[in-house]
Amino acid sequence: MSAGLVVRAIALAILLAFLVAPEAFTPVFAPLTERGAPAIYTQADMLALAMNHLGLVAAAVVAATIVSVGLAIVVTRPFGAEFLPLSRSIANIGQTFPPIAVLALAVPALGFGAAPTFVALFLYGLLPIFENALTGLTNVQPAVREAATGMGMTQRQRLVQVELPLALPVILAGIRLSTVIALATATIGSTVAASTLGEVIIAGLLTNNVAYILQGGLVVGALAVLIYDAFLWLERALARRMGRTA
Amino acid sequence: MAQGISTAATGGRVALDKLGVILAVLVAAGAFLLPFATFRANRIVLGEPRSLLEALAPAEAWALLALVVAGGGVALLRMPIRVKLAASVGVLCALLVAVGRAGTFLTPEGNTFARVSPGSGFWLLLFAFALMMADALSRLALSPGKRLAGLAVAAAILGAILVSGLWNDLSILKEYANRSGAFWREAGTHVLLAFGSLALATASGVPIGIALTRAPGLRGPVLNVLNIVQTIPSIALFGLLIAPMAWIAANVPGASAIGIAGIGAAPALVALYAYSLLPVVSNTVVGLDGVPRQTVDAATGMGMTDRQRLAQVELPLAFPVILTGIRIVLVQNIGLATIAALIGGGGLGVFVFQGIGQTAMDLVLLGAVPTVVLAVAAAIVLDALVEMSERPGVREAHA
Repeated sequence: MSAGLVVRAIALAILLAFLVAPEAFTPVFAPLTERGAPAIYTQADMLALAMNHLGLVAAAVVAATIVSVGLAIVVTRPFGAEFLPLSRSIANIGQTFPPIAVLALAVPALGFGAAPTFVALFLYGLLPIFENALTGLTNVQPAVREAATGMGMTQRQRLVQVELPLALPVILAGIRLSTVIALATATIGSTVAASTLGEVIIAGLLTNNVAYILQGGLVVGALAVLIYDAFLWLERALARRMGRTA
Repeated sequence: MAQGISTAATGGRVALDKLGVILAVLVAAGAFLLPFATFRANRIVLGEPRSLLEALAPAEAWALLALVVAGGGVALLRMPIRVKLAASVGVLCALLVAVGRAGTFLTPEGNTFARVSPGSGFWLLLFAFALMMADALSRLALSPGKRLAGLAVAAAILGAILVSGLWNDLSILKEYANRSGAFWREAGTHVLLAFGSLALATASGVPIGIALTRAPGLRGPVLNVLNIVQTIPSIALFGLLIAPMAWIAANVPGASAIGIAGIGAAPALVALYAYSLLPVVSNTVVGLDGVPRQTVDAATGMGMTDRQRLAQVELPLAFPVILTGIRIVLVQNIGLATIAALIGGGGLGVFVFQGIGQTAMDLVLLGAVPTVVLAVAAAIVLDALVEMSERPGVREAHA
């Protein structure tokens, strides 16, 4: 555990150093370039691209979380139960839509840039969170629910104080999945001119510069792994706390 | 699901269907507010909207409007599920025919530059009635065999419409007509990439999964590495493979002769394979772990060798779970194969990226729609197969 922590801390430190001063890493990437091509992507500020990338992902995941947890709550209440089978099959079919198709199809309505990327990230982020929230909320044991009602809790109290906290680890797992998918999909967003870290990779693909592809890929990959780990840590901490209090 | 059915059945005193209210609003917006089709003088200028009544000859337009309104009415009221299913399928077919007729009606005679594409109203109507159909189907809880039959009927209808030339005046098919050779070539590459990587992943992932259940010490590290591979963004993984593949092609004798190169289909195949391994391996492990202890003991007690037990007892019992992993991989790969176009690997993504580059949305659709159809069909087929394999009778047949 502690060795893993050290590795992650080092990875984070290198990542931050690269984002702040990418030129310092020229010797690392120079051997990969041919015919004196630049080793470091300098057309845009690396830190600004990373911030844009993360901001877009965060905004989309927050929006997707609010909407999909809200929907999951509605379909698991008595008045929304009618929508449960349909919502399941929509979630199932929706997951088969490739992200690039969602992205490309959002362009005619919204133009190029950050807007279609946000929509694609949002739509694609909905499904994992919705599915997990549904699983979490429907898996709350009937005995627990009855106990809460027996204690005199109203529907709303039961939802906020019992069902949602119990479902939280599963919902978080869904958010983690959505975040990792969104980090990757945001890279593809650069094909429709969103200024994300994908810009670096695509510049590399277009000019046949392996150094660009590698630095873009490494930054996004490192971000994804670190964020994935942070979520896992949070989920385990929550599960442990719930284990103790239960 | 049972809960949903019972609510629908017992709530009979309310005459309105809750989902139907939403559907009726969507139908009204799609039929009356939004354009049914878009007309453009050429393929990249901005479109002019045409409402449903402007997009079709008067008789056809009124007939379609009446059908759509009637379909919305069926959605709104509580009725037997089969009636709703029939109504939604009927209106969907009418919409598909009508959009082709609109293409013919709006295209001026002999004009090869004009483009007619389905408008937002059409897509919304299609979405609303597809929802109605999906709701009816999920309530009917059809057997896997019937679902496959339904898929075959849908494919036959789609095929018939395409062959009949009904849609030939629509912009997507005009893009197709201009590059039909390339379309089938790229579609072939796409299928090859998705299925080829799946085959490789199954052939190597299942043995890896079996090995992991026999050597528990390796399980954590191997699954961790595969997990990290999953978190690498596809576009980066595709790009990163260019360098090592180019090196292999240059330095390993015979490698370039069998098609290994820095750009093209080879790195795409390797990247898809890398993404495919985790679901196959982890589902194999989970499936084998799920075989009851007593069953394994009984097999050993009967005098089976390790290999016999694995082949005749454990793998057949784990088969549905392994198949679920294969389903995840196939659907994921059909989607991811679109990215292969970015590194010259071909596939339907070629049209998506060309279309984005030329701001020609019809070209984007030419790549995106077949991809989505392929992925949805693969999901339906494999879901049905998974469900069939879970039945005891079929399981015995596999054993």
